Amino acid sequence: MSLLSALAMILVGAGGLAVVTTREPTRQALVAGLFGILLGILFFILQAPDVALSEVVVGAVALPLMLLLTLAKVRGGSR
Amino acid sequence: MTTRVRQLVFFLGALGLAALVVSAFVRLPHFGSGFSIDGAQLGALSVPQRHITDVVTAINFDYRGVDTMGEEFIFFAAVAAVGLVLRPQPDEVVRAEVDAASGRWVPPTSDAVRVLGLALVGPTILFGLYIVAHGHLTPGGGFQGGVVLATGVLLVYLAGEYEHLHGLYPEQAIKVGESVGAAGYVAIGLVGLIWGTAFLDNIGPLGTIGRLNSAGLVPLIDVAVGVEVAAGFVLLLTAFLRQAIVLRVREGEQ
Repeated sequence: MSLLSALAMILVGAGGLAVVTTREPTRQALVAGLFGILLGILFFILQAPDVALSEVVVGAVALPLMLLLTLAKVRGGSR
Repeated sequence: MTTRVRQLVFFLGALGLAALVVSAFVRLPHFGSGFSIDGAQLGALSVPQRHITDVVTAINFDYRGVDTMGEEFIFFAAVAAVGLVLRPQPDEVVRAEVDAASGRWVPPTSDAVRVLGLALVGPTILFGLYIVAHGHLTPGGGFQGGVVLATGVLLVYLAGEYEHLHGLYPEQAIKVGESVGAAGYVAIGLVGLIWGTAFLDNIGPLGTIGRLNSAGLVPLIDVAVGVEVAAGFVLLLTAFLRQAIVLRVREGEQ
């Protein structure tokens, strides 16, 4: 395992921990997006650029977006 | 069952799980040392046999094209389900948001966000088209490119108002586009049957390795998937944005 992939794996582990320990949903959605980017970087370092591209577009764009819009809807309804 | 007994049962179970996990990890091959016969075969064959330089695309859209068709229809069904669940309900009305604290100062979208968002719309869509079109040559393909294309539409929303986005594209045409993309995959598969070989058999002219117009039917499948995924994501986006921004529960019925 090269230094680079070890570093990326440690970052992914820390990112996953950060997603779980963030308790506020809006922040958690953004942290989850960052985690998606970290995971994409790890896949890229492990020579899987196809998966990395999928992970970045889904994990860093689509997932946080839908979480944020759902949160906006849920909070707007409870007012 | 007292708490103490429960803890004992959990402890025994956790101990067994830990033993199994440790024994499984001990037998794992070392990092990066895994060798797959299929992987080596496909890596060696995809270029001479199919003229596809991206092995992942060769596997997804050629060697196991039927599986990918199933995945595409999973996405299709998911988008349809979101559209069904998030349809306007009878007790919801289209109405502008009423500011509960009228007179407060609401910061407008900053000029930097507007300019950057609008400036990035063109490059994003171009990049999405590039990813879709070069699926058989470089990493990427219909799915990834389709999501990037839909991100271009999202940028219009971020840079402007929801009303601008709503007037920007014909929703009906997007719905038709999603269905045409999904049906196009099956239609390309049927070409093989009509030709007299097998479903999704890559019978197109293979062309020169590395050229855009090579790899037979795979670029066409990429385009079909790209249209389907881009249209599907735009529909998802529209459904969620409509829920979050336009529809309100009618007053008095909350």
